[in-house]
Amino acid sequence: MRDAFTTALTKLAEKDKNIVFLTGDLGYGVFDNFESRFNQQYFNVGISEQNMIGLATGLALEGKKIVTYSIGNFGTLRCLEQIRNDACYHDVNITIVANGGGFSYGPLGMSHHTTEDLSIMRAFPNISVLAPCTEHDASEATTALINKEGVGYLRLDKDSAKDCFSKDPFVIGKSRRYKEGKDLTLIATGGILSEAYIAREELKKLGIEARLVGMHSIKPIDVDEIKDSTQNTGGIVTIEEHNKDGGLGSAVSEVCMDLKMIPKKFLRIGLDNKFSSIVGTQQYLRSRYEIDNKAIVKKVLELIK
Amino acid sequence: MMNISELKNLSLRLRKHAVNMTNAGKSSHVGSILSMADIIAVLYGSVMNFRPNEPKWTDRDRLILSKGHAGAGIYSILAEMGFMKLEKLKAHCKNGSDLSGHVSHRGIPGVEISTGSLGHGLSVAAGMALASKINNKKNKVFVIMSDGECNEGSIWEAALFAQHHKLDNLISVIDRNKLQSINSTEETLKLEPLLDKWKAFGWSVVKIDGHNHQELYKNLIHFDEGKPLCIIAETIKGKGISFMENNNLWHYRSPQGEEYEAAISELENKNA
Repeated sequence: MRDAFTTALTKLAEKDKNIVFLTGDLGYGVFDNFESRFNQQYFNVGISEQNMIGLATGLALEGKKIVTYSIGNFGTLRCLEQIRNDACYHDVNITIVANGGGFSYGPLGMSHHTTEDLSIMRAFPNISVLAPCTEHDASEATTALINKEGVGYLRLDKDSAKDCFSKDPFVIGKSRRYKEGKDLTLIATGGILSEAYIAREELKKLGIEARLVGMHSIKPIDVDEIKDSTQNTGGIVTIEEHNKDGGLGSAVSEVCMDLKMIPKKFLRIGLDNKFSSIVGTQQYLRSRYEIDNKAIVKKVLELIK
Repeated sequence: MMNISELKNLSLRLRKHAVNMTNAGKSSHVGSILSMADIIAVLYGSVMNFRPNEPKWTDRDRLILSKGHAGAGIYSILAEMGFMKLEKLKAHCKNGSDLSGHVSHRGIPGVEISTGSLGHGLSVAAGMALASKINNKKNKVFVIMSDGECNEGSIWEAALFAQHHKLDNLISVIDRNKLQSINSTEETLKLEPLLDKWKAFGWSVVKIDGHNHQELYKNLIHFDEGKPLCIIAETIKGKGISFMENNNLWHYRSPQGEEYEAAISELENKNA
């Protein structure tokens, strides 16, 4: 997804001199081309995330469109108060990009496991929270957030759903429906849509037809799709590479309760309030924490039996 | 541009506002506001370029109050300069008012940014100064910080950035009253030698009397090409009211009853 982001960013910067990219000393080699082409629009601010968001706010208040870049939790949690007080309260055009959602950096350990970002970021007013599910999403989300006034959070995963394609326009606050099905709706956010896709195909072999939705926009969330899935399918299963508390499953639950519409079946698949002290590839950790395609199939079968 | 006598009168009016506002709003930080009254008087009275009837004028000089708890001081000077009516100051900290204890920009023309949590202002100011450099603008960006605020790591992140990028359009004024929330700065987390620290960070640094209008003016217009400027303004917390001076009780205590009367009377006598 990072390449899709970088390509989209470069295209935008070609046309818009007001775009300024700040990195917290991360992305070795990735932005060399960008830096050489847009020297006045690129700043490596050093390992100083709090300062980075403050700078971003100052620049944005002067009319610049800012993209901040870091990995995992550094560009969000380390400077959370700057995001709240400086960026969000002043409602400035800043896109906060975190590379390495979920277990993207699985082998690197707990510090690099980004598994609470969606819930924490969506708690603020004045922010859009996006977790692209596909490469296309990542590219379009980059453009949408940079061109939108206000603060945006963009979570980039290592994995993406490569078999999912959509002709629907990318809209912040909407989702993309990739497969139809009446028995159930699988709603995934982020690259883990790839697991939901495989699970959906496996369930089909077992005679279960599931709708497949990529919820790339966590805030605002696609209320219409949640409503339709509740009314017209046999239930909702949410899938996220993220702690269950406050993430996609919570957001969907909130919508259902607000609408006074209870899905016939409901299950949240995510991390059960745990830090992972073990390491491994993204795939390994998904399997270990039962959020991979096999676990999704197993949990769905238990839910609907 | 105000002369010294006019600046002194402005400082005195700001001190009266500080006592009246913290009294009416039953709010804290009167000592912190009194401490910086002369600094903001000189900045707005004689140094900064701005247009009260056009608060967002692009060529204006910017001022960021990073020690946001002294917000009443900024509201007062803005009202004195004509950004809003003096009458509005009475709403400070009252129910439904947008004049919050810690300075907020929303609904208040002339306030550049909202602060209240320490350690934010210098980074935002550096961002503004960088934008001016990119846009080839000649304006300056001033930021007022407290000395206790220099405990925050983010200040030093911003300090590194500003010198690295040669932001000579950035001027930070440290209100060096040597007191922070509970104790003195040196008892809490030793800051001295503070001047050497800023110097080591690549800034142009001066230490001056933060209540001397002439000295403030001379140094606030100082320009050192290629270097951001740090003015360590030595001040007295609670300056101007004898029983508040250097007494940290007045970081939190609100002047009420006899104490309020005594404070106002002392300022009135200075007027005479």
